[in-house]
Amino acid sequence: MAVDRSDIAKLAELARIAISENTADEVASSISDVLALVDQLQAVNTDGVVPMAHPLDAIQRLRADEVTEINQREHFQTIAPATQGGLYLVPQVIE
Amino acid sequence: MHQFTIAELIQGLRRKDYSSVELTRHYLDRITRLDSTYNSYITPTAELALAQAAEADKRLAEGNAPALCGVPIAHKDIFCTEGVKTTCGSKMLDNFIAPYNATIVENYLNAGVVMLGKTNMDEFAMGSSNETSYYGSVKNPWATDCVPGGSSGGSAAAVAAHLAPGATASDTGGSIRQPAALCGLTGIKPTYGRVSRWGMIAFASSLDQAGTLTRTAEDAALMLNNLASFDAKDSTCVEREIPDYTADLNNSLKGLKIGVPKEYFGEGLNPDTAVRVEAAIKVYESLGASIHSISLPHTHLAVPAYYVIAPAECSANLSRFDGVRYGYRCENPKDLADLYKRSRAEGFGDEVKRRILVGSYALSAGYYDAYYNKAQKVRRLIKQDFVDAFADVDVILGPTSPSPAFPFGSKTKDPVAMYLEDIYTIAVNLAGLPGLSIPCGLVDNKPVGLQLIGNYFAEAQLLNVAHQFQQATDFHQQTAPGIE
Repeated sequence: MAVDRSDIAKLAELARIAISENTADEVASSISDVLALVDQLQAVNTDGVVPMAHPLDAIQRLRADEVTEINQREHFQTIAPATQGGLYLVPQVIE
Repeated sequence: MHQFTIAELIQGLRRKDYSSVELTRHYLDRITRLDSTYNSYITPTAELALAQAAEADKRLAEGNAPALCGVPIAHKDIFCTEGVKTTCGSKMLDNFIAPYNATIVENYLNAGVVMLGKTNMDEFAMGSSNETSYYGSVKNPWATDCVPGGSSGGSAAAVAAHLAPGATASDTGGSIRQPAALCGLTGIKPTYGRVSRWGMIAFASSLDQAGTLTRTAEDAALMLNNLASFDAKDSTCVEREIPDYTADLNNSLKGLKIGVPKEYFGEGLNPDTAVRVEAAIKVYESLGASIHSISLPHTHLAVPAYYVIAPAECSANLSRFDGVRYGYRCENPKDLADLYKRSRAEGFGDEVKRRILVGSYALSAGYYDAYYNKAQKVRRLIKQDFVDAFADVDVILGPTSPSPAFPFGSKTKDPVAMYLEDIYTIAVNLAGLPGLSIPCGLVDNKPVGLQLIGNYFAEAQLLNVAHQFQQATDFHQQTAPGIE
């Protein structure tokens, strides 16, 4: 299935990636090439086949509901772009 | 010293032919002098390496040191290393000093292994030529106008240029085996779940698996002994006994049943590559193995299924890079949406963005069943092909990649052509099986890789089958021309 520049605008919004107007056609064309490749799947009969999420069909391992990790907020925030008083700073959201 | 394999270094360190500090200094000196040609390292870690080596020498002197103690290796820059820059080949993480160690990094530290540095790679492991790295292309030591393969191109070039005796790597669709093939090395991708993924920066979580690049199968077995571990911090890590992977290396191959899939020798395979692989089959016959023609009928669907599943998982995994908690943040964002969108637009390269967009498409409302669900069904058909094949044979053999190393820029304009580079390796990731590549000759003075695929958790057998080939041939001992 081919996509056009309006689809790309929608995908860019979903993926939170800015795509400039002047590259939208080029991006649409390369995404369409990939979709043409994967469209081969549509011809396969998969009736009754169970989707495979894990190679060994493993299920999630459970553990006891106990605190196992120590709080390392300060350590982790040393690499943050902007913090204040233990909080991550972003541009103002609420006026 | 750089001619020695890891197995030989283990002996040399114990005989006190050289200390770990001397060995490490030798490799660091080579990296400083020679890596400007290859660009295989993003971050050499000289000071840390020498401190680790001094510590290893102490342990060696005390006796009872683990086998790999004092051996220097390189880590692919996808593995978090505490206090050391961990970029994943991306501008997004150019300023990222990892606050913790990946489990596999920790495993090697505990074993006294020395880290020489962090190796170059395709950005977020998305690529088959190492050309998507923010830190520039890596040159193939066999032909510096050609790619080393990817995404673990830096690890492969470093080992092939003798700038490390071994390196860690990761494989989501062929990222260990294809560079091993293109650089004339032994590369193993273990069974999904055999090795912890904790601290390995995630690309496609149901496919990603860590492994190694070395010169020999014996070295791969030695490295895998410390790579494999059960880790409660990785919920997909499998709790299962870990054998000594060197124990079966010398087993005879008499009676071994090798399956050769006819689909791996069709259109697209370089005829000279096919000749080398067919010659390898004759070697196995001479070693007592029997050869059986088999069929993996859904092979042609592996690349299409992969390019739904891997981008879908990558679009979810890479949503964490938002310019808020760590990594790249754009200048002067006007609001929160602008912060997200521009940080991601400026921090990611074109191939990474392409895959995030494809994944967002495949997972979006109205398309989920047609793409993601469909691909997961086809994935089961692909797995079933292997399950059926392994009812009759012990290992599966074929080419690792369709042709030897290709020139820079020859596939960058056509993403789909680049994706087909992994046509023989991707199905193994989809099925979660272990796979390995070993050198089996040269075409135009460039290495050809032979791929061996094993049943689930049959790494020891795969390494045995590879080691026996290396006892009977000397392809793995060939060194790229011009390597000092």
